[in-house]
Parts: sequence; C-alpha cells; structure tokens
Amino acid sequence: MNGIVPAPVAALPWRVIFILMALVGFGAAVLYSAAGGHFDPWAGKHLIRFLVLLGMVIIMSRMSLEFWKSITFPLYLLLLLMLVAVELLGFIGGGSQRWINLGIITLQPSELMKPVMVLAAAWFFDRLPPNRILGIDAVWPLGALLLLPSALVIIQPDFDAAIAYAFGLGVVGFMAGLPLIYFWGAGAAIAIFAPLVYFFGLKPYQQDRVLIFLNPENDPLGAGYHITQSKIAIGSGGIFGKGFGNGTQSHLDYLPEGHTDFVFATMAEEWGIIGGFFILFLYFLLMRWGLTVAMESKTRYGQLVAAGLTCTIFFYIMINLLMVVGLAPVAGIPLPFVSHGGSSMLTMMLCVGIIMSIERHPGAKRGQFH
Amino acid sequence: MKIEKQLTSVQLDFTFTRRAAFVGGVQATIGLTVAARMSFIAVADNEKYKLLAESNRVNLTIIPPRRGWFIDRFGKPIATNRADFRVDIIPDRLTNKDETVQTLAELLALSTDDVDRIHRELKNAQGFQPVQVADGLDYDRFAAVSVRLPDLPGVSPRQGYSRFYPSGAAVGHLIGYIGTVSAEEYQKNKDPLLITPGFKVGKDGLEKTLEDRLQGKPGAQRTEVTARGKIVRNLTTRPETPGKPVQLTIDIDLHNYAARRLGLESGSVVIFDCLTGDIITMASMPCYDPNSFSDGIGRVEWKMLNSDDHIPMLNKALQGLYPPGSTLKPVAGLAMLRHGVDPEEMVVCNGGYRLGNRVFKCLGRHGPVNMTTAIMKSCNTYFYAMGRRIGYDNIAPVARELGLGQEFSLPFPSQRYGTVPDSAWKMRKYDQQWTESDTLNAVIGQGYVIASPFQLGLMSARIASGLDIQPEILMGKRAAPKPLSFPKAHLDVVREGMNLVVNGDGTAVRSRLPLEGIAMAGKTGTAQVRRISGSQRGQSGEWKYRDHGLFVCFAPVDQPRYGAAVVIEHGMGGARAAAPIAKDVLTFIYDRERAMASLEALEAGWGGNIEKRMGAKYAVFQNQPAPPPPLDPSA
Repeated sequence: MNGIVPAPVAALPWRVIFILMALVGFGAAVLYSAAGGHFDPWAGKHLIRFLVLLGMVIIMSRMSLEFWKSITFPLYLLLLLMLVAVELLGFIGGGSQRWINLGIITLQPSELMKPVMVLAAAWFFDRLPPNRILGIDAVWPLGALLLLPSALVIIQPDFDAAIAYAFGLGVVGFMAGLPLIYFWGAGAAIAIFAPLVYFFGLKPYQQDRVLIFLNPENDPLGAGYHITQSKIAIGSGGIFGKGFGNGTQSHLDYLPEGHTDFVFATMAEEWGIIGGFFILFLYFLLMRWGLTVAMESKTRYGQLVAAGLTCTIFFYIMINLLMVVGLAPVAGIPLPFVSHGGSSMLTMMLCVGIIMSIERHPGAKRGQFH
Repeated sequence: MKIEKQLTSVQLDFTFTRRAAFVGGVQATIGLTVAARMSFIAVADNEKYKLLAESNRVNLTIIPPRRGWFIDRFGKPIATNRADFRVDIIPDRLTNKDETVQTLAELLALSTDDVDRIHRELKNAQGFQPVQVADGLDYDRFAAVSVRLPDLPGVSPRQGYSRFYPSGAAVGHLIGYIGTVSAEEYQKNKDPLLITPGFKVGKDGLEKTLEDRLQGKPGAQRTEVTARGKIVRNLTTRPETPGKPVQLTIDIDLHNYAARRLGLESGSVVIFDCLTGDIITMASMPCYDPNSFSDGIGRVEWKMLNSDDHIPMLNKALQGLYPPGSTLKPVAGLAMLRHGVDPEEMVVCNGGYRLGNRVFKCLGRHGPVNMTTAIMKSCNTYFYAMGRRIGYDNIAPVARELGLGQEFSLPFPSQRYGTVPDSAWKMRKYDQQWTESDTLNAVIGQGYVIASPFQLGLMSARIASGLDIQPEILMGKRAAPKPLSFPKAHLDVVREGMNLVVNGDGTAVRSRLPLEGIAMAGKTGTAQVRRISGSQRGQSGEWKYRDHGLFVCFAPVDQPRYGAAVVIEHGMGGARAAAPIAKDVLTFIYDRERAMASLEALEAGWGGNIEKRMGAKYAVFQNQPAPPPPLDPSA
C-alpha cells in the first residue's frame, strides 16, 4: 500500500520507533523548557544523539541473531578488560574514574556492561541443556559471570551498577526457568544481609541516602533536599501542570538535577499528572513491545535476550520513577529516553537495537526434538 | 525422595511464557504504583506543595517605614529623615575582595577601623546578604562609587533614609537618638522588621518613649528569587506607611539658642509657658550629637563622651539634682505669708543668725529687712528667723504644691524628682527627729533639699502665673489649668521681691533685660557642693568642688508669660553664671537680633559654635587634625 515509501523504509519497526520518538520528543520539550526556552545546552543535543543512535539501532537490527550470539562472550571479555583499564587509569590518575575517553566519545564500561551481562546470561542458558536447569550447573556460572564485573564496579565505587548486573542476571535466570526457591532464597538473603551491608558495606554518603529516603523532612536542606524539592515540583504541578515553560522549581534552580535524574519532576511540574501518565503509557507500550518480541521469538537466546533487555530498560525506569516520587532512595539513575545524558541513552539504544534485531529475526525453533 | 525431573525445551518454553507474563504483571504493578503515588502527591497534597513551591519562589523583603518627624510648636523640624546614600557589598558577586575594599576605602575615605570591620563581616558573610560598607554618604561620594561600578563587581550603592537632627547636640537630651535593634529587644518581639538592614529604633529620650507613634508600618516587596538567592523580578510592592509626625511644645529656635548660650558650661535651661505648662525649652549641655548615634557611633567618639567630666550623656534638666539654694526663698516666702507672717515685719540682719550656740551666716550685713527686701538681697537671716517661726513642716507643702519633689507624667524615659524634706520624711529615712537647724538649712535651699532644673523652672512658672500648670511636651488641647491655692496678695509680695532682685537693688541687677517695656523678675541661688571648709567658700579651686549657680525667673514682670530656670554646675554663683544666660535667652524671645549679637560675641571667645567646638575636641581627642566641616544640609 505504501507505493511512495521505499520498501526498506517501510520495513523498519515503526511501532517502536514511534514510541521512542514520542518519549525523546517529549523529553526534548521538557529539556527545552528547563533550559529557559533554548535548545542549548540540553534539548538540541538530546535530539541529535537520538537521531545518530537511531541510525545505529537500525543497523543493529539488521544483524542476525547468530552475530549477537557470536560476539556475546568476546564483548563480555572486552568490557571486563575495559573495567580493569578504567580502574588502572583511575589508580594512576589518583582518583576514581568511570569512563574511558576515546576522543570522539567517552565510554563508560560499567554502563555498557549492563546489557552485555544480559547477553552473556542468555548465551549461557541457551547452551545449557534443558534438563540441567534445576542443578547446580545452572547457578555457579552465573556467579562466575557476575563476580568480576561486580567486584570491579564496587571498588569504583558504583554500587548501583553492581545491583543492576545482579538484577539483569536474575531476570534472565528467572525467565530461563531457574527454580523459584532460588528467588525466595535470594529475597530472604537480602532481608538478612541488607542491614549488614548497610552498616558495613556502604559509604557514609550512601548510608545518608538511605536514611534520608526513609525520612526526607529530617534534612530538608541537606541531602533530603533532592527528594523534598522533587515532591514539591510534582505536587505543585497538580493535574494539568503549570504550563509549558512555567515551572518555577526547575527554572529557579530549586530542583537539583532537573535535566537529568529529576527530569520527571521537571516534566510533572509543567505538565501535571497528565504528562506523567503520558510517559507511563509510552513506557507501557515499550515494555509490551519488548515482552511481545520476547514471547514471539522462536529461539531461546532470542527470548531470553529480549526479555532481559526489556527488564534492563525497566530497571532504569523503575528506580528513577520510584526515586522521583519519593518511594526509593536517591540513586544516580536517569530516566530512559527522557533524561539528558549520552551514556544512558547509548545503553538504552543498544538494548532497543538488539531487541529490534530479535524482532526482525525470530528464527526457527531448534532442538525441539532434543 | 525427590525424583530428578527431566525438563525439555518445550517445558522451558512454557515456563518462559508464564514467567514473562508474570514479569509483565510486576512491571504493570510498579507502573500503577508510580501513577498512584504521583496522583496522590499532585492531587491530594496539591495545595500543600503549591504553597511550598510558592514559598520557595517568592522572597518577601521588608521595606522599613520612614520614621515620623519631630516638629516644634511652630512646625519647624527637630528630627527629620534625610535621603542619603549607602554602599553595600554583595559577597557572592565579589570577584576581587581585597582590591575592591581597598578601592572603596579610598573613594569613601574609610578609616582603618571601618576597613577592619568590613573585612571581618565579609569573612562571616555568605550568599546575597549584603555587608554594609558605609551609609549616610553625601551625593558626591556616592557618585564617585557609582561611576566606577563596572570595575567593582559586587558593590551595590543604594538610596536610603537616615535620621537627621538639624540642631545636632542641642536636642540630644530632649529627643534622644536611634540605633539598630539589640539582640534583647529582638528577643522580646520577634518582628522581622527589627532585623531588616538599615532599620533603627529609638534608644533614648522621646525617640524611645514615642517609638510606637514614630515607627510607622513597614512595606513589603515580593520578589521572585532563584535557589541561590538571585532576584529574577519584582512581583508586587506594598508601600510603607511612614510614622506620624510628633509636634512638641518646644520652640526649637529658642531651645537651640539656649543650648548655644550655655557655651562651655555644664548646665541646663528650662523654659515653661507659665499659662499652659508647655515646655518651650529644655536644653542640657554639653551633649552628644544624636546624629552620630543614628549612623552608629564610633569607638573614639564614645570614649570621648564617657571620659568628659561634664557628663554629656546625662540630661541635666530632668536628671540633674542640685540643692536649689536661695532660689527657694520665694517658696519660703509664700509659706510664711500663708502662716501669718506680715510681709512688712522687719528682721534685723547682723550678718548671721544664732541658733543655740551655732551661728548661721548670712552673705551680708543687711540691717533691717522686710520680706521683699529679704528676697531682693537674698538675706539668709530673715528666712532663718521666719522659717524657724513657722517650721519647715509648714514650708514643705508649699514647695510640693509648686512642683518640687514631684514626678510628672511626661514621655521621658527617666526623670528624677529630688527631695522636699519634712519631719516625717526624716524619720522615715534616717529615723531621726527633725531639728531646727534642719529647718534653717532647708529654708535657704541647702541641706536635704534637692531639685531638678526642670522642677525649678516649673516652680518659677507657677509662682509667675499663680496657676497649677502641668508640664507638657506634646502639643495638644488641654483643659485650662486651675489656680493655685495662694491668694493673689501673697503671690504679689513674692513676685515683687523677685522683681527687685533684677530691677531693684538686688543680686541680679546686671542681668536686666535690655528691652523697652519688658522686664524680668528672678531669684539667684548659689548652692554649696560641699561643706564650707576654712576660707575656701566654693568660689575657687578645683572645678568639681565649686558652687553651683542657679537662677529662676519669669517675664514679663507685669504680665508673666514665661517661667524659667537656669542651672550652671559649678558656676560659682547664680548672679554670676546663671542670670546672664537667663537674660540672653529671654531677650531672644523678644529681640532675636540683639540676643544673637551677644551670643556671637561670646562664641568667638569660646572657639566657635557647638558643632565647631565638638569637632575640634574630637580632633584633639583623636590626635588628628580637624576634618573639614560636613556639607551644610540646608544649603
């Protein structure tokens, strides 16, 4: 029916591209307002980054499933080396460092490791014979995969990243069919060890974040300031918001990080809960798309990767939104496709690109008669 | 017991689908949680958060009200507000602290004291709270800073108001002064106005007691500010309501003249309208310059004021207490007349009066004197004799009726009311019987009797008019005063005695008014500061042991209008120190030119007017050359 539209263009996964465009476009509008009605310094870059990465994503979607499978382990090793390199650079430079400057772009290996961890886990479960899923063989390799990267990011220190890795592995393991007892056990272990980690494992600033999350009004001008101001921004926006360009919390700098981690509050102040519901609805569509791709994939690797990466994106959304509305402690996690920031956009688009590739190559069931 | 399950890909596929659906469910639940939480914050708590956002955004700045003026009985200004200029530093915008302060110090001619203070305050300052560099600047200095503003980031020149007393030191004790609010005052009443920069309250005198009338209502300015305190724009401004002006009964020209005429002496002049009780003049010198206080007095100036043995911080008119000496003789005369003494009855003065084996001396050998002559000549012997006859318990009520020993409801922070002794008082205070020698001392205004110049002035005014006038400092309609209990005949005797003091052959004949048809009546007084010892009679020697000179008077004699008292501390004699001042001050009421000519001649000998003398003294105190006189504000 699309006579005018060339076949390759028509063949693009427009459904998800529209969802992303809506999210990024809305995000750009919020950033445009946050900058006082200017494309500089955020909205313009945000759009350009998205367009460049969209090109990358379309190229990625052409790659076959076998390609991803074949580069999974080399990628994992490469990122592990980069994490070591970052650590060494930081050691030489005399301070913690999280990225490598490659001249044109800066790479943050701990960030890139998040989707790769999902790929690695899916790769492992794909190779694992189905009848071994209940045994110990299904568990220890996951631990091995997790150990080094987590150790490397924790000494950076980037505790949030380590949790994200564990979350990625856990989700893939859950989808792969690991016995539920593990998850109950993990839940119980967290309940027991969380206090121990809190008292012995966290840096004072991280302890503060937790305490302040529990009672932000105790410290309205200190570290609780973020949560309090974010709630003021959302709460004062009401149902319809104060109108585009009229947010006082963001424009007068009361809301910290209003263009990155707290962009949702910036948005909610001007667009109200209508704007909030709009973003939630777009995320709902995105998640539905990702899980649908996973369920429609015919290969185990495709299923696990699509579901795992969808959950990786969801992890960002969940942590950020719960933080912004005051239901989770402050963590430096941006809101996917809306917050300003190159690193997270790159990670998110990598996830989307690989899911697109799976959508395009659902593959054929193999080993059905194993 | 457990049989190893054999799982197939198909089963795993099934598990995957189930679990993916579960994950989707979890995601949806979290999404709904966020939506619910957001709705709760934005809908249920909307009002609360709107208010919080508003209080973030809007900064309320108080505009201090302009203080009400003091004006005199003819509407002339006594205390006003002068538009002046101030320079502040906004610490956050300062780029080069030392250089900026250095430049300002040169432009504004700041002292090292000031520079130290600025550095200290800058160290403790933060953000956008301004640090004062200088206030009360004239336009030239202000302009010098303003034109260099591009090179001075962080410097903020502004216009404000400061209190201005055109009469300077002359009205210091009368009006008081203002200053910034102390920590205790703020604790009492936590009005944010009190700690607004530049806001001052009355600290002494009428400025303090009439604070409520003078203060006015503050205005407010709502501004939109960023989190860092930067002002984005003005929202609304509510103008301030200036304080109401207060009209005093003072005739400021006469008051200023009296203050100037006191010259180098330490003393006071009080003049009443003897028909109404209006306080027309209440000068007390030396005095601090209230203008110095309203800009924050310097350390050196404060030290200078406190080290002066003439006590410039004390309002001598109300708080100075002196033995009234012979100025009390007319009072004794009235009491004697009331208790049956015939004014023509003669007492022979042989230079003293013997009581038992002690002789109470008179200053002269007056021969036979009646009451008017005794007042004229200030003959102690007559009053010793007659006073002893009627007893002091009969004199004290008359003294009280004339205002001595009384306190008046006046808006001054403190007045001292002195003592009119009698036998009951002495018993109460010392548990001793009143003796006849106490009577003899008291009747000539020595001994236990003490009074303030204010009371002496009122006494004189009451004798002059025969009316029970109540002293009043605030203009306003009042009930006409009732007559005193003395018959006119009695008052006429005493008034005639006082007339003769000046216009007859009395003690103050040299202080006759140089006017046609207007004469002054009066009574001199010389009060001993310490007991007479040997030949030294308080007429020489160290200043602080010399006799006080007092003079009470009224004018015109035939139709009294003004009652006055002049008290000169350690002036050595009423006729010598106090009466000439009274003469010039009363002359000023009727003939300003003549009075000014006489004053200017005196001031030439004293080293200039009050302001010039204080400037020179300050310079000497600082061991620095005198600064150039400030620009004349009236020019």
